[in-house]
Amino acid sequence: MIRAGTAAVTASTGAPERRTSAIVRFFSKENRYLPPLFITLILVAGQAKFGLLESFSRTALAIATSMVLDLVFARLVIGKWPNLASAYITGISVGILIRSPAFWPYALCSALAITSKYVIRWRGRHLFNPSNLAISAMLILIPEYVAALSIQWGNDVWPLIIVWILGAFITWRVRRFHITLTYLISFIGFSALRSVIVGDSFLAEVAPITGPMYQLFIFFMITDPRTTVKSMRGQCLVAFLVAAMEMILRLAGYINAPFYALTIVGPIALAIDIWRRSRSVSSVPVAAGAA
Amino acid sequence: MEQVVRPSRTVQIGLAIFFIGLLAAPVVYKRHQRAEASASAKMSKTQALSRYGFYLQESSKASGIEFVHQAPTLDVKLSHIMNLVASMGAAVSVVDFDRDGWEDIYAVNSKPGSRNALYRNLGNGTFRDVAPEVGLADVNLPGTGVSTGAVWGDYDNDGYEDVLIYKWGKPELYHNDGGKHFTRVTEQAGLPGWLNANTALWFDYDNDGKLDLFIGGYYPEYLDLWHLKTTKMMPNSFEYADNGGRKYLFHNLGNGRFEEVSAKLGINSRRWSLAAVAADLRGTGYPDLFIANDYGVSELYLNEGGKRFREAGKEAGVGFSPKSGMTASVGDVLNRGQFDVYVSNISEEGVLVQGNNLWMPKSGTPTKTIRFDNMANTFGVELGGWSFGAQFADLNNDGFLDLYVANGNVSLDKGRSYWYDYSKIAGGNQAIISDAANWPPLDGRSLSGYQHKRVWINDGEGRFQEVAQMVGVKDVYDGRSVAMADFENRGALDVVVANQRGPLLLYKNTVAPGRHWIEFQLQGQRSNRSAIGAEVRVFWAGQEQLQQVSGGSGFCSQNERRLHFGLGKASSVDRVEIRWPSGTKQTLVNPAVDEIHNVREPL
Repeated sequence: MIRAGTAAVTASTGAPERRTSAIVRFFSKENRYLPPLFITLILVAGQAKFGLLESFSRTALAIATSMVLDLVFARLVIGKWPNLASAYITGISVGILIRSPAFWPYALCSALAITSKYVIRWRGRHLFNPSNLAISAMLILIPEYVAALSIQWGNDVWPLIIVWILGAFITWRVRRFHITLTYLISFIGFSALRSVIVGDSFLAEVAPITGPMYQLFIFFMITDPRTTVKSMRGQCLVAFLVAAMEMILRLAGYINAPFYALTIVGPIALAIDIWRRSRSVSSVPVAAGAA
Repeated sequence: MEQVVRPSRTVQIGLAIFFIGLLAAPVVYKRHQRAEASASAKMSKTQALSRYGFYLQESSKASGIEFVHQAPTLDVKLSHIMNLVASMGAAVSVVDFDRDGWEDIYAVNSKPGSRNALYRNLGNGTFRDVAPEVGLADVNLPGTGVSTGAVWGDYDNDGYEDVLIYKWGKPELYHNDGGKHFTRVTEQAGLPGWLNANTALWFDYDNDGKLDLFIGGYYPEYLDLWHLKTTKMMPNSFEYADNGGRKYLFHNLGNGRFEEVSAKLGINSRRWSLAAVAADLRGTGYPDLFIANDYGVSELYLNEGGKRFREAGKEAGVGFSPKSGMTASVGDVLNRGQFDVYVSNISEEGVLVQGNNLWMPKSGTPTKTIRFDNMANTFGVELGGWSFGAQFADLNNDGFLDLYVANGNVSLDKGRSYWYDYSKIAGGNQAIISDAANWPPLDGRSLSGYQHKRVWINDGEGRFQEVAQMVGVKDVYDGRSVAMADFENRGALDVVVANQRGPLLLYKNTVAPGRHWIEFQLQGQRSNRSAIGAEVRVFWAGQEQLQQVSGGSGFCSQNERRLHFGLGKASSVDRVEIRWPSGTKQTLVNPAVDEIHNVREPL
């Protein structure tokens, strides 16, 4: 889920070769380990400062489950060993974004996420954002045992600012910030509309997006390159549609509206994009997308 | 570009089956559990007695108790969320105020002008409200705030238990005049003029033989909830709030006066406290103080020789993950001879699954730096609901402490929930959440309402089984305060429950025959007369269980001071070791079972 950059990394084959410093290389968009590293830093800092996780061991279980299954399934399906950065991010996303006092939901959620990548595929690509699908499934099927991100990072402004700086930097480096921005503007606009419709104050309606945990969704989940459409205009449109769907779900009282909205809109948009591209550029090979 | 390798059909089918299995397994398991629970809920009293060893019969009306709690009505600026901000106040405590040997019940009320009730136990299974006669009824007069709880302790060691009534408003201390009347002594005692408290307890923190007093604030003490100057009075965070009420520690000077020493002794906190319990968690001889806070982490104040308190929640492991602490109770869950601490929190399906905490000391941790593990999940006492009061008690006299948990927050319109709006505001920035004006109107909706209670019976081997429906606890009122007492002096612990905007319930306990018990009524001489803080260890049939006389525990409640031990089928006790707060140790060898023992501290 928090997978920005893992596939947005495209080889700069046409660029002239030049010597770059290690720091520049480290912060380049070619470094696919940059997003996982930043997410890990956010996780560790959040745990140290706020104790946002139930425990490190639960998150470790989610990560381990995710990586082991990705290794096994990649061998079975693709026939080669995968780069585990993607599985690591799926695991850590599950570790951050679901909340359960028990251990097994973390393993189950990671297993669902990774398995979905290899089962629900069309024309060589998985359609659902794996972690998003798994979390939505958990929240619908076994809400007694699982909750999603909400208030675990408190209500202070500083974590919000830190996540914004890190998130904006990463999404800007991987050329996805326009998605975040579109979603943000759409959410605020829809908040005003909801306020008019339901009669609650605008501040109450816009409140969710001011919580730091919500930032993880807008920076790292809806920007997932594997499960977003190709064109910049299309990406902005999809972000807008996710926000629109979220508004509808919020009006219907769905607490976990952002997850469900992305689960509904994301695969439909991606399927249309794949279909349109296959019609117009029939000769272009399609990536396996199992990383 | 990756080379696409088409997996074999077998692999594809296998993966699909695995995926479907992952989705289906928890659903199937859940359905199986529900079917099992549904079948068990139809169990008869006879079957429950046979299987679980006890049955609880709600019998308040038959016992002459017809008390219905009335909730506070606060400033009109809060009217859109009144049932939410005024969702506490129902509380109950147990005392033998007239020393007739029968435990009585004090229930508080919270509407301005409403009356508290003191139900005197007539010794024949019935009670009579004597609060107006003894001067403990009209304590919620307009302008003085409303009661949120009461704790009993003999602060002047005259043999009769006095009462502190804590409030959202002016706290009141009443002196017990020989069990016949109560005299208001608030001003002489030096208590503050106004606070907004939801917890208090008596304990002798320096073991000087005089009971001291702790009071924990919830709303800040500078707020008059009936005359608000601002609506910015809500917590500034759902999990890290630090704008709640201050804490008070009153040292008993021995002349009917108290000195406030919290800051001097190291207690500085503005977390939103809802529960506190004092117990010697480390075997130092001095009671430590455990505070469960709403909107934040719990705090553990280690008592350093009665001279100072040191907050060690984080290093002890109990003060790291912020939750919504609403009860604090101690019990020796595994008969290990040491106290475990139970803290209730919120669990709401798919929204907020905090889980309750069962903090058990790690074995072998040094006295100075005790560390706890949360064993609630392992032991099966984690998911309660919106849990408030909880108490340990051996309800079936099998020799292991069971657990009763009251659930349910706001029960209004059954079909409409406030949870969506609650979660919307709870995650917002502190400038938004802390202003009540930003909170969406409750509009008659429920918030975790109509919840079943939890009665978990302890198998003594690390697992609890939930049996509430089977043993007769079927009410769905908004449970708050739970207290335990043997009201009929027959060796069975009854349960009294105060419900917000609901009736005071008395669950009379029937225990299956053939199970033995022993009880101890302690009286301090060098120690405080109520013997609060005294520890009793009972050794029988290879078991050792530790209990203490408590000056307040759970949520706004206090159990009887008498200690009750179930013994199972054992018909004898090897010995009983008593450690009095003064440090005096006393041993009783082979005391008779199935009896109440009155024990006076040796001089």
